[in-house]
Amino acid sequence: MKLKFTTLAAGAFMAAAPAMADLVVPNLSYRTGPYGANGTQYADGFNDYFTLLNERDGGIGGETIRVPECETAYNTEKGVECYEATKGGGALVYNPLSTGITYQLIPKAAADQIPLYTPGYGRTSAKNGAVFEWVFNAPANYWDGASVAVKYLLDENGGDLSGKKIALVYHNSAYGKEPIRTLEELAEKHGFTFSALPIDPPGQEQKSQWLQTRRDRPDYVLMWGWGVMNQTAIQEAANIRFPMENFIGTYWSGSEVDVQPVGAAANGYKALTFHGVGMDYPIYDDMKQYVIDPGKASQGGQFVGSVLYSRGMYAAVVIAEAIAKAQELAGTSQITPAQLRDGFEALEISAERLEELGLPDFGPAITMSCENHGGSGMARVQQWDATERKWTLITDFTEPDQDVLGPLIAEDSEAYAKEAGIEPRC
Amino acid sequence: MDQLFFAAEVFLNGLMAGVMYSLVALGFVLIFKASGVFNYAQGVLALFAALTLVGIQQGQVPFAHLINAMFGTNLHHFGWTVPSILAIALTAGIMVLLAFLIEKLVLQHLVGQEPIILFMATIGLAYFLEGMGDVMWGADIKTLDVGLPQGISDTVETMTADWLGYGFFLDRLDIWATMIAALLVAALVAFAQYTKQGRAMRAVADDHQAALSVGISLRFIWVMVWSIAGFVALVAGIMWGTKSGVQFSLSLIALKALPVLMLGGFTSIPGAIVGGLIIGVGEKLFEFWIGPLVGGATENWFAYVLALVFLVFRPQGLFGERIIERV
Repeated sequence: MKLKFTTLAAGAFMAAAPAMADLVVPNLSYRTGPYGANGTQYADGFNDYFTLLNERDGGIGGETIRVPECETAYNTEKGVECYEATKGGGALVYNPLSTGITYQLIPKAAADQIPLYTPGYGRTSAKNGAVFEWVFNAPANYWDGASVAVKYLLDENGGDLSGKKIALVYHNSAYGKEPIRTLEELAEKHGFTFSALPIDPPGQEQKSQWLQTRRDRPDYVLMWGWGVMNQTAIQEAANIRFPMENFIGTYWSGSEVDVQPVGAAANGYKALTFHGVGMDYPIYDDMKQYVIDPGKASQGGQFVGSVLYSRGMYAAVVIAEAIAKAQELAGTSQITPAQLRDGFEALEISAERLEELGLPDFGPAITMSCENHGGSGMARVQQWDATERKWTLITDFTEPDQDVLGPLIAEDSEAYAKEAGIEPRC
Repeated sequence: MDQLFFAAEVFLNGLMAGVMYSLVALGFVLIFKASGVFNYAQGVLALFAALTLVGIQQGQVPFAHLINAMFGTNLHHFGWTVPSILAIALTAGIMVLLAFLIEKLVLQHLVGQEPIILFMATIGLAYFLEGMGDVMWGADIKTLDVGLPQGISDTVETMTADWLGYGFFLDRLDIWATMIAALLVAALVAFAQYTKQGRAMRAVADDHQAALSVGISLRFIWVMVWSIAGFVALVAGIMWGTKSGVQFSLSLIALKALPVLMLGGFTSIPGAIVGGLIIGVGEKLFEFWIGPLVGGATENWFAYVLALVFLVFRPQGLFGERIIERV
């Protein structure tokens, strides 16, 4: 909160200022409103990694990175306003942390030729770079998550889910509906019964859905929630004594803010993630030395190491690596958004590179190309320990079922190409 | 037979949910009844009260981020915790202080203005209080624990399983909320009927000018009504905050109160209760029977549809006062 007004003011000033030599990576954040508790931690991680690069390395390729922040309040209209207000300031890439905003920005960003980076959210079929030239969503998307969750359940059940009942409780929005088609296909393939229970946002009242869950007795419940819906769902699941180890949230239903308000009853709850969590990574030594101790951390560094902070930081890591790649390809440190797109398409973050960055085994290896803007789609499962108040990773990175996802992505992206009059490239 | 038990279970849970809606609606009714102002800030009052309660309980330093930013300190907590009862009493005191400040700084300057002006002032108040809550206590989600139990009631489940062969689900928090709401309404009714201040409040509600002419202080009544509404907001904040943590979406519970008010009437305390129960039961049963046929998630819109249907037949709401104005 304390930096909000200054960063907003600075953002407004910088947006209005003529383009300068800095690398500009706007942070379309949300620190206010019903989803502010989630957005704040993500934005802090995003800001702090770029601050670390500026303080420790002098930026990227000798160029300082500027991160003007603009408050969207997780509101699509405000998100678009933020985009319009900041794009003239030399913005290289946008990461709006909202599927609704992303859907609105996809055609705009294509027209303006500015990349969107939407890890774990946004339009899933943007993985098809042949159609979505300006959108990148590696390392994983919603459908990858649905498939990894089902793969995990297959492992838990000796490879056989036939006869099992799996329910999905979802945020009744574009975001929440994303995995339904995939789960229907997977249900057909693996012989489980699938049912979907929508919850109207914000999701403070879910009694009907959980009474139905109590009656239907599904073997597993998956959740695609965000904000207060997550805490309420976990509490309601505990209320009906649904076994927490059979309740699995997606990436956006698995942070500390989702489980802590529920207390001990949340013990054993599981969630997907596409990155590591906690402070056991060497990068935090540098973060402490260059960012936190000198008082330069966003919000004083109070959320360092949390799930959403780690995710925001990871998004910044991928963007920074893409910028470095773009500089290398273009032979100049002052790159354009189009050159950054080339950087994304040539990006390779190997396990060795992650280790060099002080993030060993933090994320899956990422390789993107003109055709593949979504990486491998690998994700892992983490479990909440309410006593220790921490998440523990309980699986390795698992590959999604590309046999099912590939045709779905092709179908959806081709439909978009037809609708938008896009000639597939690559 | 199973369907009948399921429907009965949904009905009971609908009643309980309705009580939770009524708790929010009550605050609106109190202020509207006494001053004709639709208090847009009632949901935010519940949020502010809950934030303050958790802050006091956990010994949080108010405005810590601001103080730290200005003076380079690293203050967050006083290092003590406050027992729940004392914290609730202190929060109630702060809500009274807030009511006084609202009267002094906002309402006093708008005496004699059109109701729409007062309504707009409460919109401003809502934004101000939301920002103030953020600056005072931070934007993170807080756990509220005042000792209220949560989870399925084993007693109800066992008893119904023994008698009917199907164990009913009732949340212990909802049972407590129902008892607390009943006590609150009884106290409000007793206050309005049997105390001097309560009678003065009713007199103001009936006719401002007549009340003023017999020496009732409008200023005092407004402070009192806003204080009571603040206390009702605190109770609603405790119930909803215990359910899903204290966070900024708590202010949106006001959306659940609107159909209750439309249905029950803006000027009736019993209307807020009965309206809440009808909305709670109606939306839950509709979701149970019709929801699966139309893809679910019917509760939010169905509550408004139900209220609108009632409005067709009783525009003033079930218990609202019928206002006849002659040209």
